[in-house]
Amino acid sequence: MLSRTADNLYWLARYVERAEYLARIIEVTHRLTTLPLAYVGTTNEWETALATAGCVDAFSAHHAEANEETVTEFLCFSSANPSSIQNCFEMARTNARAVRTALTMEMWDAINGSWLELKRWGNGPASREESMRFLRWVQEASLRFDGRAYRTMLRNDAYWFSRLGLYQERADNTARILDVKFHLLLPANEPVGGPIDYYQWAAILRSVSALTAYRWVYKESVKPWLIADLMILRDEMPRSLASCYDNLVRNLDHIAQAYGRQGPAQRQARAMRTRLKNHRMDDIFQQGLHEFIGEFIAANNQLSSTITQQYLM
Amino acid sequence: MAVAFDEMTGANGAIRPPYGELSRWLSEVPPEVLDHRRREAELIFQRIGITFSVYGEAEGQERLIPFDIVPRILAAAEWEFLSRGLEQRVMAINAFVCDIYGKREILKAGLIPEDLIFQNPVFRPEMNGAQVPHDIYVHVAGIDLVRVDASTFYVLEDNARTPSGVSYMLENREIMLRLFPELFSRHRIAPVENYPDELLATLKSVAPTTATSDPAVVLLTPGIYNAAFYEHSFLADKLGIELVEGRDLFVKDETVFMRTTQGPQRVDVIYRRIDDDFLDPLTFRPDSALGVPGIMSAYQAGNVTLANAVGTGIADDKAVYSYMPAIVKFYLGEEPLLKNVPTWRCREQDHLAYVLEHLDELVVKEVHGSGGYGMLIGPKADQAQLAAFRAKLKSTPKSFIAQPTLALSTVPTCVDEGIAPRHVDLRPFVLVGRDRVRIVPGGLTRVALKKDSLVVNSSQGGGTKDTWVLDT
Repeated sequence: MLSRTADNLYWLARYVERAEYLARIIEVTHRLTTLPLAYVGTTNEWETALATAGCVDAFSAHHAEANEETVTEFLCFSSANPSSIQNCFEMARTNARAVRTALTMEMWDAINGSWLELKRWGNGPASREESMRFLRWVQEASLRFDGRAYRTMLRNDAYWFSRLGLYQERADNTARILDVKFHLLLPANEPVGGPIDYYQWAAILRSVSALTAYRWVYKESVKPWLIADLMILRDEMPRSLASCYDNLVRNLDHIAQAYGRQGPAQRQARAMRTRLKNHRMDDIFQQGLHEFIGEFIAANNQLSSTITQQYLM
Repeated sequence: MAVAFDEMTGANGAIRPPYGELSRWLSEVPPEVLDHRRREAELIFQRIGITFSVYGEAEGQERLIPFDIVPRILAAAEWEFLSRGLEQRVMAINAFVCDIYGKREILKAGLIPEDLIFQNPVFRPEMNGAQVPHDIYVHVAGIDLVRVDASTFYVLEDNARTPSGVSYMLENREIMLRLFPELFSRHRIAPVENYPDELLATLKSVAPTTATSDPAVVLLTPGIYNAAFYEHSFLADKLGIELVEGRDLFVKDETVFMRTTQGPQRVDVIYRRIDDDFLDPLTFRPDSALGVPGIMSAYQAGNVTLANAVGTGIADDKAVYSYMPAIVKFYLGEEPLLKNVPTWRCREQDHLAYVLEHLDELVVKEVHGSGGYGMLIGPKADQAQLAAFRAKLKSTPKSFIAQPTLALSTVPTCVDEGIAPRHVDLRPFVLVGRDRVRIVPGGLTRVALKKDSLVVNSSQGGGTKDTWVLDT
């Protein structure tokens, strides 16, 4: 397979996943802003949303104040924001178009169809109601694309490379949301678990669509260390870091087997998975969650450039 | 201008045999059904993403080529004749290009003025004396035909560089099969779906002798912003070959490789859809970012086949076109089966005088133009346009040819007013391999959707039709 084709497939999957993640963040932020201040503290939720999306700097270059209108516009429709939902779809389709031959008809139809439909929203939803519909639509578009890829693609390197993109992006997103929220909610000298935090914690779970999963796994009310456990170490949670790395290792192994050669990407991914398997939540808290997550994000980025060097150029 | 020949109603108003069933069907099917199908077809095209871009419009703008749901029909005997004529013409074109970059016998015989070749910007001195694999230069030709009456077809233009449109031929058929199963069941129609197989067989047959028995074939595209990108990706997909851009290839030891996830892999045959000028920045335009540095050295060393070969533009030049009947006779010793449109070469004094005299009756074309740009249609032009062209003709007569305004045949077409006759042309695709010539029955019918318009180019409001060749 052409390196560029693999590269396009990898980024196609990443952009679709990113669009979905952004939609979830905004949806959750909307929800939090409807709660009384006493329930959620006095932080500006829209600033937090920007931090979770990783684009505070880009935002402040264009807007003075972070509020519902400016942040929603910036994260959803801004052409100045390279990672806005609209640009994610634009980039996803550009990548898809370049590798149409490697996509199934169903996948192309999903991404091209979404891209055409996106135009219907013009420069953005006119009301909160419409905005919520838009965010649902984005998530559905992502699920549709992902489902079609899963159900129609040949299980060959094209599939594996697109999965690599998906799981790397997902791991990055999960790590970022944990980092921003925990950093915010666990100031160094305050105890974990004040009552005020409940809705914030629930919001974290919601943003990775894991609130129900949490209840099934722990059968307890939401507690920060259990949330961290679920989102970092639990294999059965599809958005957890452990699960993402399970999948990364598996897909990298498929590639190595098909090509008859292991490489640095396989080794790096396995090293991270082993780390995640051997850690217990207590250790992580002891070591400092922020530090742990920071290292994880750096390692995940490192894996991305290793994959690029090994296969995509 | 003479009254146009209608392919359905003929000269005397009686339905011509190949259109019998279609005509009956058109009279039975309610207009709203046709209208509904027409919209459905448009949706399908948009959904599949069968688009093209128009140069000069904002970058990345994609447009649909209008598709007309009424097919254009040829009888078996008509096609059989065309097919023989096409094969003859393309064989002659190949012999001509081979000769021009080789022994130049046709020039020695004085049949074509030398300056027409050597001063022609599409002539490639780099190809002098080059050995192209199996002496085949034009592997894929698109020959534009027009019809003026029941028995006369003219070749309007030969496309010997990178002719496009074949994806529309294939997709149009698929869509018609989907929308009108009923109409198909009343006919027996030669299939076109084997075109990708025929193309792949052709490309494999011309691999360099140093290639393995299973040569690696790729399609080289300028990229997603090219007007015909959809076609490139469509064909690569149907052929099951890699769709590469210049940056995916590199040359080492006079051999072409592609960058793959498993390291460099040798490439033997390149079906290139990128112009000569952009192919190799080391040989041609140094500013080309689309090409592959050094690819010409691999080509000259005989380690890779380019389809079509470099320098074939000399065969589809509009000035050279006027010599085509002589070219056919010279190389094949046969009378040409397909006629040329009578052509005045403005480079010749007496021709120019005639053209200037009759400008308002003629079509004047730029010798190096294509896509319907830079063209004057005398009978439709106003005084200012005529004056402008008169000045151009006087200052650079060599750049122009002129032809009579042909009454292109019409075919019933579904337009806003209902079913009405519209002018058409036909582009069949001719494949030349080492073993044989392959022509898929039919080709791409282009239709001028505007009433009375003769311009069928998609960049100027033309549409396409499915083209049927019947078995009787």
